[in-house]
Parts: sequence; structure tokens; C-alpha cells
Amino acid sequence: MIESDAFVQALQDIGVDFFTGVPDSILGGIIAELMVRRIYTPAVREDEAVGMAAGAYMAGKIPAVLMQNSGLGTSLNTLISLNQIYRQPCILIVSWRGQGGKDAPEHLVMGEVMPQFLDTMKIPHRTLTEKTAVEDFRWVAETFMKQRIPVALVITKGVVKGLHP
Amino acid sequence: MRPEEGTLISRAQALAALLELLTGQPVIICNGFPSREAHKIADRPTHFYMIGSMGNAPAIALGVALAKPNKQVVTFDGDGNVLMGMGTLATVGALKPKNFIHVVFDNEVYGTTGNQPTISNVVPLEKVAKAAGYVNVERVLDREDLVYEFKDMLKKDGPSMLLIKVNEFAEDAGRVLLDPPDITKRFMKAIE
Repeated sequence: MIESDAFVQALQDIGVDFFTGVPDSILGGIIAELMVRRIYTPAVREDEAVGMAAGAYMAGKIPAVLMQNSGLGTSLNTLISLNQIYRQPCILIVSWRGQGGKDAPEHLVMGEVMPQFLDTMKIPHRTLTEKTAVEDFRWVAETFMKQRIPVALVITKGVVKGLHP
Repeated sequence: MRPEEGTLISRAQALAALLELLTGQPVIICNGFPSREAHKIADRPTHFYMIGSMGNAPAIALGVALAKPNKQVVTFDGDGNVLMGMGTLATVGALKPKNFIHVVFDNEVYGTTGNQPTISNVVPLEKVAKAAGYVNVERVLDREDLVYEFKDMLKKDGPSMLLIKVNEFAEDAGRVLLDPPDITKRFMKAIE
């Protein structure tokens, strides 16, 4: 299991210096660490977070947006008609609720279709594992710089230490 | 029939007055006619013209304002837009960026899609902003007050909202023909 502070440090090491988002339990440990470091700006909706990230990017920051996968639905229009049309990249840290059909009912449909959904939205994505973490973060940084569009790092339950281990 | 009708200025007249008072501030302009009219009146590299993502203009402006705390950031917004992204009033009110000025052209309709009514005739958006925590909030009905209040807001710490009641008239302004990635690049360079 990856420690939350190591996860945040890895993002900072690839240059991320603006963090916003909407919480999820899987991301609880990461958000707590971001708050300890006083570098987290909470948003009220995921599309707002993506909009803020776009503004921060244009002002010289490298932004990351944390959200649960349901937030992909909420921010869909912003991701395609702002980020993709205007070529404004951001790093999406997306928790995979409903993976494998084992979760609360509200997560099951998005949990099942999320990889295809990201493909359809033309958002490059990769699922973080402890074994491949170094390579995963490198891939995120390279894709961000090269393609200038949103790129998603998907976080499954138990890969990054949460608030309640 | 709106009580103020016949006395209100157009959004384009309001835009012209505001743009005269702005110098090098970044301005995020919402989708639809506001971007098209602002582009026609005065195209500046410090303008970020939106063509989609309705409701997100203040969120983008907030991102710029937080990343550049020493730069005053302005957003031109509409009543339909504010209603769609109303949560952002709360985020701005809570974070209280001092360098954030939110201008709302309130014509009570979705002008770009054919003047369907919004609900801002019964929901005073500037009061929502005030309740959410905006520091300075003004509602103006004519050009003279607009100029006075906007000049005042440019001098004060924000967040501020200037709500301008405007009529439904839309200028004959075509689409912004700049390529969106070029708008991004030009804007980034201009606010560096």
C-alpha cells in the first residue's frame, strides 16, 4: 500500500502545484495529507474544480483535480468543451468506485463503464498500482506535457492508504 | 413587462464602459453573446473568450486569481451562467480572493438561444453572492452608476460582484473566430 504522503510527494515531484477537487473516501488519506500541507483548494462540484484547474494552468500552475468517478459525469462538459477544445491539461486523480461490481448501488453503473467512458472522452488513463507507481507517475507527467489534455490516474480501493486502514 | 424596461442600457454599452476602465487585467468572458460582443468592441490578449462550458467562467477566473494573487482578475458573466454554476458563488465567498471581480450582465433571459426566460427576475443574484460571502456587492441600472461602482471596485479588496441590469438587445457580433488553443496560448502569454 502506498502511503498518502508518498503519493502527494510523487505528484509534487512531477511538478503539480495546484490541487483542488471533491472528496471521496478512497481519496480521504490523500486529501488529508494535502490539507496538512496547506495546498488543497476544495471545490463544491467537479466541473468547478476542473474550471479552477484550467484557470490555474493558464496562470502557470500544474493542476491536479481529485474526484470520485461519478464526478467524471458531472464534469464531462467542462472536460470536453473547455480542456479539450482549448488544449488545457490537468491531472485527474479519479477513485474507481464500483470496481468489479462490489460497492453501493449508485456506483455500479459508472464503476463498470468507467474505462470505456474515459476512452470515449479521449482521456488517456492508467490505473495506479504499488508495483508500477514510479512508471505510472512518469507516464502521467509525460502525457500531460505532450498532449496538453486531461489525463487520468485511476485509484482503486486499497492502493493508497486511506483515513481508515 | 419588466419595470426597468426602456431605461436599461444594452450589454454591449455596459461592456464598452467596463472595457474603457480596464487596463491589463485578465478578463474571463462567459460563452455566448458576452464573448462575441466583447471581442467585437475591444479584442485584447488579456481576454479569455469562452465558447462552451457554460457556468464555469467564475471558476476559471478563480483559478487564475488564486494562482496570481497579486493580479486583479475580472470575469464577465451572465445571469443564466451564474444560475448554472451557482455553487461557485459559495466557493468564491468562502475563499474570499481579494483580487476577484465578478461582473454579471443580467438581462433575465438566455439570450444566445432565443431569449427564453431565466429566473433571475425573481432571484436577486447579487444578494445570493452577498449571502455567500462576497465582500462588495452592487446592483446597478444605468451607465453612470456602473462606471462609479466599477471604478470603486477596482480600488477595493474583493471578492466583489457588480450586477448590471441590461436589456435584451444583442449586437450583431459574429462568433469569435480565433482558434481556441490560440486563445489559451495568447491569454497565458499576456498574463505571465
